[in-house]
Amino acid sequence: MKKYRIHHTKQIIITLALLSAVTFCGCSSTDKGINGQVIVYNWGEYIDPETIRMFEEETGIKVIYDEFETNESMYPKVESGAVAYDIACPSDYMISRMIQNGMLSELDYSKMPNVKKNIGAQYFDQSKGFDPDNKYSIPYCWGTVGILYNKTMVDEPITRWEQLWDEKYADNILMQDSVRDAFMVAEKLNGFSMNTLDPDELAIAKNSLIEQKPLIQAYVVDQVRDKMIGGEAAIGVIYSGEAIYTQRENSNLVYVIPEEGTNVWIDSWVILKNAPNKENAEKFIDFMCREDIALLNFEYITYSTPNEAARELIEEEDIKNSEIAFPDLSQYDNLETYVYLGEEGDSLYNELWKEVKAY
Amino acid sequence: MKSILKKIYIALIILFLYAPIGTLIILSFNESKTRAKWGGFTFKWYISLFQNEEILRALFNTLLIAFASSLTATVIGTVACIAMMAMKRRTKSILMGITNIPMLNADIVTGISLMLLYISLGIRFGMGTILLSHITFNIPYVILSVMPRVRQLNISTYEAALDLGASHITAFFKVMFPDLLPGILSGFLMAFTMSLDDFIITHFTKGVGVDTLSTKIYTEIKKGIKPEMYALSALIFITVLTLLVLINLSPTDKNKTDKSRAKAE
Repeated sequence: MKKYRIHHTKQIIITLALLSAVTFCGCSSTDKGINGQVIVYNWGEYIDPETIRMFEEETGIKVIYDEFETNESMYPKVESGAVAYDIACPSDYMISRMIQNGMLSELDYSKMPNVKKNIGAQYFDQSKGFDPDNKYSIPYCWGTVGILYNKTMVDEPITRWEQLWDEKYADNILMQDSVRDAFMVAEKLNGFSMNTLDPDELAIAKNSLIEQKPLIQAYVVDQVRDKMIGGEAAIGVIYSGEAIYTQRENSNLVYVIPEEGTNVWIDSWVILKNAPNKENAEKFIDFMCREDIALLNFEYITYSTPNEAARELIEEEDIKNSEIAFPDLSQYDNLETYVYLGEEGDSLYNELWKEVKAY
Repeated sequence: MKSILKKIYIALIILFLYAPIGTLIILSFNESKTRAKWGGFTFKWYISLFQNEEILRALFNTLLIAFASSLTATVIGTVACIAMMAMKRRTKSILMGITNIPMLNADIVTGISLMLLYISLGIRFGMGTILLSHITFNIPYVILSVMPRVRQLNISTYEAALDLGASHITAFFKVMFPDLLPGILSGFLMAFTMSLDDFIITHFTKGVGVDTLSTKIYTEIKKGIKPEMYALSALIFITVLTLLVLINLSPTDKNKTDKSRAKAE
């Protein structure tokens, strides 16, 4: 019996050794282009894959491309350092959080001539809300949050957030199921800043949301698009990037930026502090700001591009001059971008949002 | 009356189980990109699916990882079971307890702790780390399904083979292995489906640019999931269904032939 056990132990050890050898061999694969590589972390479906191929061909730099689904899932992966990314594309408030935590590296615009040449100055101004000196971020996509309504289902044009509190539309309203977007609507309704941390203002905003709750058909995220196309609701809060697509599918839909003001969101390129391939990262961002490349990306993503030169190249006149895709920001004085509120601020908002949802 | 109720009950169960999959298959033929509108019947999502390199690469990764990890886990798990057979009862139950814990543990805990382990060991994130993680969480499932077979094993037959001059390896493959095979196979299949299913652990342990189907689908959330994914899911479902039908048909056939042979004798 003893002999039998010893033999088995030997076999097990040999098998284990072989297996671990096999698995570890698979670990080290480093494929680099002739001019090195660049590691990019972007939203899913947020670039035309063709542009990456073109970049690799023109520069000989291999792009290692990775995707994330929310700002919140991107942040811990970058912070943990499991992978040393060069470039990321977070949204406004997440950029301010990354700046505060010293995770970004300052940009050298002289190495990226296309940036200042093609990106509209107004977008850099708008970026100052989260990146005060425009030192860290370059706008890539942007848009507004507004109201999408079905003109066959309402009596008068919708122009104000206030109308989302109108009892006529009970059970016909779709709200965004996200803390900041929901509170933004209530804060703008009451004339507050969407980044307020004043407890009194927040209490008023919370009460407005509770008051509105019986009228809401559902709190949803991306179902707004499908539900509005299908005529399942009359009014919905939606991102402008989705508005053009929904209108193509259902011509009765109208998108408006509410008079009380709203959120302008910007997703921007940033270079990370410990980027191992900083020079290649600058080349990549510069390439993405080139007008023909930005145009390809605009057509693929269909979210508004801050690239004015690319906008000039758009062939369809109605898109080029679309009020939805390219609203004139100077017309409004009550547009804001989200700013990171700090951990305490975040948990305060989450707490209040829970109270609204549980009410 | 009773039988009608029974039928309605069965119909309801099947409806609840398969209505979502049915909807998905129907939508995969929808010309329009939105679920809210029927734009006409089309095969275009199936065509563009096979032209979409990224989805195909994710599919390939998923299958490769599922296959390699479940195969490795099956070998390790089976060997572990045989080793445990020769152990004292106390040690055995302690070891079984240890292997059961990872199964009960939440995936997110396993995922994050594996990620931290790799970082602290300085292992480069990539296919290798996903594979290692999948092997890790697959081993307990293999042990769970092989262990009952090992308990039923009659060690005397193995010793008889040794007495009759077989080497340890021959005796194992000729005598022990056939007895264990059903358990090993079901362990392998269970590990395979677990690996195919997994999102959270893969999410935390994957390297740049390496995606499996589950992580790929999840990144599409911001822009809305593309109908190509419906098409792919429909194909996977139909493949699995055919496989299941084949597997379930063959044993009954075998039984029949066995019986008829017995009759003839």
